[in-house]
Amino acid sequence: MAIKVVTSFFRRIFSGVFQNKKEIKLGFYGPPNAGKTSLANRICKDFTGEEIGSVSKIPHETREVQFKEKVEISYKGKSMTFKMVDTPGIATKVDYEEFLKYKVNTKDAKIRAKEATQGIIESIKWLDDMDVVVVVLDATENPYNQVNITLIGNLVARKIPILIVANKSDLRKANTKKIEEAFPEYKVIGISAKYGKNFEEFYEEIFKISKRSK
Amino acid sequence: MAKKIQKPRKINGFAIRFMPYSEIKNLTSTERIKKILEIAFENYILILQGRLRPEEETRLIEDTMAMIGHVKSFKGIELAVISSDDQTGAIDRIKNRIVMSLSGGDIGAVTIIGPASVVKEIKRDPKKIELMLNK
Repeated sequence: MAIKVVTSFFRRIFSGVFQNKKEIKLGFYGPPNAGKTSLANRICKDFTGEEIGSVSKIPHETREVQFKEKVEISYKGKSMTFKMVDTPGIATKVDYEEFLKYKVNTKDAKIRAKEATQGIIESIKWLDDMDVVVVVLDATENPYNQVNITLIGNLVARKIPILIVANKSDLRKANTKKIEEAFPEYKVIGISAKYGKNFEEFYEEIFKISKRSK
Repeated sequence: MAKKIQKPRKINGFAIRFMPYSEIKNLTSTERIKKILEIAFENYILILQGRLRPEEETRLIEDTMAMIGHVKSFKGIELAVISSDDQTGAIDRIKNRIVMSLSGGDIGAVTIIGPASVVKEIKRDPKKIELMLNK
């Protein structure tokens, strides 16, 4: 009995000491074309030298969940290891005709649409596995979109810490304030994944919310 | 010269169906989503009293995606929820949640679901909601 108490005590002490060494699953979620892969790419490039996936102006470029394991982010003397999970954009509709506007031929557009629907299902399935989620929103778009609200509602229901990022803040039409007003209960950080703008605040917040993860 | 009077544009084939919360209250999540999607497949715009649970909303999106390509001319849905929780303070929100738990759901909310072939976009801001229909 006494041995059990002592071993459990030491296990607790050591798990506390090495807690930060655990790989935290960091998910990038949001609607299509908000810049999830651009953001994940910038982080991965900064800390591993490699990107996670390709980006495009055509919506639903990411149609499969993509990972990068053991990404050690170091910031202001602190360090945490993450498994980066970049997910396909979540939408309530997928119309292959939308892709034709981007000069994709009909056959490829239909394949892209099919893969996009499967990607959305996969994204939602992965929600349960996340430790921390960065909700990436396009700061030039209306944030009162049901997909955003549904996504955040689900993360709250699953008790997953959230950071909302207002991406594309370098653009003239960007309105970070509108996103803050739409989600007043959450921290919103305006960034530009393309130009690496405001990443100090982003990393600071990632470290803060990661400590709250399960 | 007499001014030409423009005739209002005719919108072909759309209908609205209202559904009280009592119709889905005792259904399982699977049955609720099935019922909602069947209405969308029939090209109706559904105005539902109340709202789905967060996990049911994502399940609705998943099932919608699974049906694209399997149901003729179905491209997905447009979805919006106006909740009594949206623009209230913390105390009102707690009160709302107590009422919600007693009534079995957020019956003060309204959910609008339309097939994407009929509803082009649901534009929403804190004060208003607009349905843009496909011509």
